[in-house]
Amino acid sequence: MTDKLVTIEVNGQELQAEAGIMLIEATDAAGINIPRFCYHKKLSVSANCRMCLVEVEKVPKPLPACATPVSDGMKVYTRSPKALAAQKGTMEFLLINHPLDCPICDQGGECELQDVAIGYGRDVSRYSEGKRVVADKNIGPLIATDMTRCIHCTRCVRFGEEIAGIREMGATGRGEHMVIGTYIEKSVDSELSGNIIDLCPVGALTSKPFRFNARAWELTQVEAIAPHDSLGSNLNLHLRDNKVMRVHPKDNESINETWISDRDRFSYEGLYSSDRLTSPMVKKGGEWKEVSWEMALEMAAASLKEIGDGDQIGTLLAPTSTLEELFLAQKLMRGLGCNNIDSRLRQGDFRMDATQNSVHWLGSSLSDMDQMQTVFVVGGNIRKEQPILAHRLRKAAVNGAKLHYLNPIQIDLNHRGDQDVCTPGEMAGRLAAVAKAAGVKASGGGASLLGAAKVDESAKQTAANLKAADGALVMLGAMAQAHPDYALLHTLAAALAEATGAQLSILPTSANSVGAQLAGAVPHLQAGGTAAERAGLDTLRMLKMPRKGYLLLGVEPGRDFWNGSLSMSALQSADMVVAISAFRSPELEACADIMLPMAIFTETSGTYVNAEGRWQQSRGVVRPQGESRPGWKILRVLGNLTDQPGFDYIDSQQIHDELHKLCESSTLDNKQAEPQNLEPLLSADVLLRGGDTPLYACDPLVRRATALQQTQDAGSDTIRLHPQEAARLGLDGSDTALVKQNGNQIDLPLQLDERIPQGCVWISTGLARTSTLGQPFGEVTVEKA
Amino acid sequence: MVNEVCLRTLDLERPWLMEQYQSRGGYEVLKQVLTEKRAPEAIIEEVKKSGLRGRGGAGFPTGLKWSFISRNAPGQKYVVCNSDEGEPGTFKDRDILRYNPHQLIEGMILAGYAIGATRGYNYIRGEFWEPYERFEQALQEAREAGFLGDNLLGSGFDFDLHTHLGGGAYICGEETALLESIEGKKGQPRYKPPFPAHFGLYGRPTIINNTESLASIPMILEKGGEWFADIGVKNSGGSKLFSISGNINNPGVFEIPMGTPFSELLEMAGGMKDGRKIKAVIPGGSSAPVIPGEQMMDLNMDYDSIAGAGSMLGSGAVIVLDDTNCMVKTLERMSYFYHEESCGQCTPCREGTGWLYRVVHRIESGQGRQEDLDLLDDVADKISGKTICALGDAAALPVQGMLRHYRDEFQYHIDHQRCMVGAG
Ligand SMILES: Cc1cc2nc3c(=O)[nH]c(=O)nc-3n(C[C@H](O)[C@H](O)[C@H](O)COP(=O)(O)O)c2cc1C
Ligand code: SF4
Ligand code: SF4
Ligand code: FES
Repeated sequence: MTDKLVTIEVNGQELQAEAGIMLIEATDAAGINIPRFCYHKKLSVSANCRMCLVEVEKVPKPLPACATPVSDGMKVYTRSPKALAAQKGTMEFLLINHPLDCPICDQGGECELQDVAIGYGRDVSRYSEGKRVVADKNIGPLIATDMTRCIHCTRCVRFGEEIAGIREMGATGRGEHMVIGTYIEKSVDSELSGNIIDLCPVGALTSKPFRFNARAWELTQVEAIAPHDSLGSNLNLHLRDNKVMRVHPKDNESINETWISDRDRFSYEGLYSSDRLTSPMVKKGGEWKEVSWEMALEMAAASLKEIGDGDQIGTLLAPTSTLEELFLAQKLMRGLGCNNIDSRLRQGDFRMDATQNSVHWLGSSLSDMDQMQTVFVVGGNIRKEQPILAHRLRKAAVNGAKLHYLNPIQIDLNHRGDQDVCTPGEMAGRLAAVAKAAGVKASGGGASLLGAAKVDESAKQTAANLKAADGALVMLGAMAQAHPDYALLHTLAAALAEATGAQLSILPTSANSVGAQLAGAVPHLQAGGTAAERAGLDTLRMLKMPRKGYLLLGVEPGRDFWNGSLSMSALQSADMVVAISAFRSPELEACADIMLPMAIFTETSGTYVNAEGRWQQSRGVVRPQGESRPGWKILRVLGNLTDQPGFDYIDSQQIHDELHKLCESSTLDNKQAEPQNLEPLLSADVLLRGGDTPLYACDPLVRRATALQQTQDAGSDTIRLHPQEAARLGLDGSDTALVKQNGNQIDLPLQLDERIPQGCVWISTGLARTSTLGQPFGEVTVEKA
Repeated sequence: MVNEVCLRTLDLERPWLMEQYQSRGGYEVLKQVLTEKRAPEAIIEEVKKSGLRGRGGAGFPTGLKWSFISRNAPGQKYVVCNSDEGEPGTFKDRDILRYNPHQLIEGMILAGYAIGATRGYNYIRGEFWEPYERFEQALQEAREAGFLGDNLLGSGFDFDLHTHLGGGAYICGEETALLESIEGKKGQPRYKPPFPAHFGLYGRPTIINNTESLASIPMILEKGGEWFADIGVKNSGGSKLFSISGNINNPGVFEIPMGTPFSELLEMAGGMKDGRKIKAVIPGGSSAPVIPGEQMMDLNMDYDSIAGAGSMLGSGAVIVLDDTNCMVKTLERMSYFYHEESCGQCTPCREGTGWLYRVVHRIESGQGRQEDLDLLDDVADKISGKTICALGDAAALPVQGMLRHYRDEFQYHIDHQRCMVGAG
């Protein structure tokens, strides 16, 4: 790329453009419209639709603007008789085999073909032969196909190859018989697949959940921030009659570019689940009774006060809550003398808390991710944790970056990368080997592991690539954070980063994981993100040492916790559990005493602080369902009812501003003093469970998104294990097995899977049945059912 | 003055064998070039001087094409030979592969030397089994003789050559579709620019030439560019292989000097079958616009003469039609071919070739409408010059040619729902 500017003339208007860019980029930037179908700014140029043909002076043939580089002095006519004739010709060709039944097409009203046809088409078709009909294929629960409408622009094909990194759509056949599809009937499984709905200019690929539910012109568009992963992807919500009908990406080059993950696109379905809690409820004699808000709030306030000793209360907050909710909840509880506040529900080890006095974050801006030269991911399957972040890592890999992974399972990569796969018990040792190869001395927290580590070729290579890179990250993913020896992994990763000049990246797992630290929704930091004056108990200790009472915010007992069965037993044994929640579930009903219905995503205003520390605000754009109310209002009233000062907010903006002020001097920083004497808690010599949280099992909203739940990435209540491990356990030939963990047992279907290391069985968390077991990484026994 | 270049060994017993080829001085010029370490620039200069124009159809000057390669650019470069020969009426490259494979191999090695490529591929049409085996056998011999492999004849120059058998799609003869096909992808043309000289096989600088073009190289370097140019006429250097077919007595391949009168070629091919009247000639493969027989009898077989008559010399495939042929039916067959062979990638060709065929088909079957001839002209016009590759033009040209010279026959079909040619 050169920065040289050239001057071109388009329709008599002079334009400056960067030398070498395509004409269409220059005209787009200048707001001059050239019709197009195959061109897309994020995809390679294929120049196949021929809609963008324009006249260029001194060139006899019309040229495609999408594939013609600008050159100095070039004179272009986009609407001259010659250009128009070419464009109209293409339009006529496109329409001869396209059904002209727009009224029954789901794309009608927002179809690029329809729009362009109005400007360039004829009124009467001169083509009187039969039109081509293409049989549809079922490509899964998210995308509906109507391939007769396809205009063969190959955007969907190029998306698969270039962006998603898996070739799912392709063109088979020749000429008129060319068909776009999956070749064999199979589902499209990319976690970014929904983007082909937006890319498809016509109604060939449409949203299955949305299909035929509304017309484009009936919808109003409002902006929002995605509430699941830590990217904070920008969304456009399409609303009708106070309902979210569908979700589209909103361009933001520095976050999600033009894409969103399927999770962000389709999770809105969960809003309309029949599980929504729509009125305040109180449990009386084991029976749930609807009560008035007034009564419910008074009872909740009274029972929190009644416990008396704040230390006897546990406060568990969903990390997907808004910043305002998190801030008010901890303010309320700290005001009641309770410092036991946490939002890291899936973390496995909190030994780092003692020395942490700054906010942990991604360690880099999102846009710098694409520029990294080496990334070493420890305990992370980024594609299935934070798909849009994975897209940036893939871009780095495509640009030549070296990617290394250390995981307790072999993961599916969509780019080149090295994978070191070992059992959960061996992970810290392997990481120590890389650190040792990088020259880290055996001292501090990881001393014994560093001493014992054996440096092999792969460790040397990883260390060398980290050192050699101009821009490198050591990234701790969700599986590292869920590891019972997370503190060790953290310490070793920090030392490795230090020794190699790489940045340490602590991948925030949820929409407000960074926000929660800034808001003081963790036991060791207070609002503003600085060390708490008095540290309270972390999630694990709040459950291991059950409290008399709990306040839950947006949290589902069992499925939202690192140790599902422990969460259930602790909460069930409490005297009083007040739950502020958007959903009800059998588990919540079993634990709670008072349930306060909360408005969520789209129904309430609030802020999310993303992985790179960017504050983004979402508005409440639809009415809360039933009697539910925004969380901040519920918490404000609880503050008033418990006689606390400083709870007189008029709107959520005031809360935001108050916290923002507290955060003025706070910094995001992954550097911290190493805790001493960390010994591994996870044994390497026993059969271990490994477990991830599947992409669509991570929070209460997605778990209720029906279409997403029908996909592969919803996960399944199964035991996966290596065939040889199955043989060793005497399970070959069995369909199911009995799993025991922490005194709980269930039988689960068995799946042989060579990606699971031997010495380990894989049981995901966050699912209906598996969450009755214990922690994702821990000792387990498996026997014949 | 026949068979001076590519078919110069045709009179030998088994000309495809190494010893036979060498008995006529084969590989001598390669040895010379390698031992004298002739400057690559000088070779390209010689090819330019020869006036050799690409024999694959477009007639682009070969020497000029080679000079586009930045010889000193680091990294892999390739020489690719296009032996896909799919254009209806064309069957000349087949004879080079069958009878003189060594000259093609020698030509490719020399081309590699000239542009600094160390690898070559010959993409052979899928249906050419015998030619493929002959070529493979010749490769084997050449490798054994040390003409292929590393450090050829101790010169320090490495070159090896592989064949790639196509799958039978006409579009894979288009140079960039051919490259995609070698790469193992679907045979679909790439948008140009970039041209193969900059972004070719596996994205590396590549020259791609027709079989006949490459097989001409050894003679050009042996006897000099001027010698070659002088065989032919101005703007059309050398001799050329013509594959002549149709209603003639003796169809076949003839290598004759450029500029030879068509009437002489027809005579060599035994004249018209059954002494019938010549009606029309398609002079350069099915995509060349038709020329009425009488006019053709006054033309010479070279680029300028044929172009002057509104057609093109193309690949040198001459199809001769006598007066028993219905032009509507002839065009129907050709349009069907392009409709079937369109790769489907770009809109005007994917949709337009089918439209052309269907309209011609309905005229042929007595269902034509008055507006159809204007429609054909218009659709052909909307395809030409607006597609990714030249197949779109190739589909439009015969339609335009037929309507230019035989509109009355088409009109008759529409008016009377039958053919004006008795036998049609
Ligand atoms: C549809 C199509 C089919 C073609 N088929 C052939 C072919 O079979 N053989 C060939 O040599 N060139 C064929 N060409 C021409 C090639 O694209 C290319 O111009 C040629 O191989 C260059 O070699 P030359 O310069 O030596 O002629 C075809 C072109 C088109 C558009
Ligand atoms: S399905 Fe849509 S995006 Fe894909 S090629 Fe067809 S029209 Fe283009
Ligand atoms: S002109 Fe025809 S054959 Fe050539 S690229 Fe376009 S569709 Fe394919
Ligand atoms: S947009 Fe340029 S050819 Fe399709």
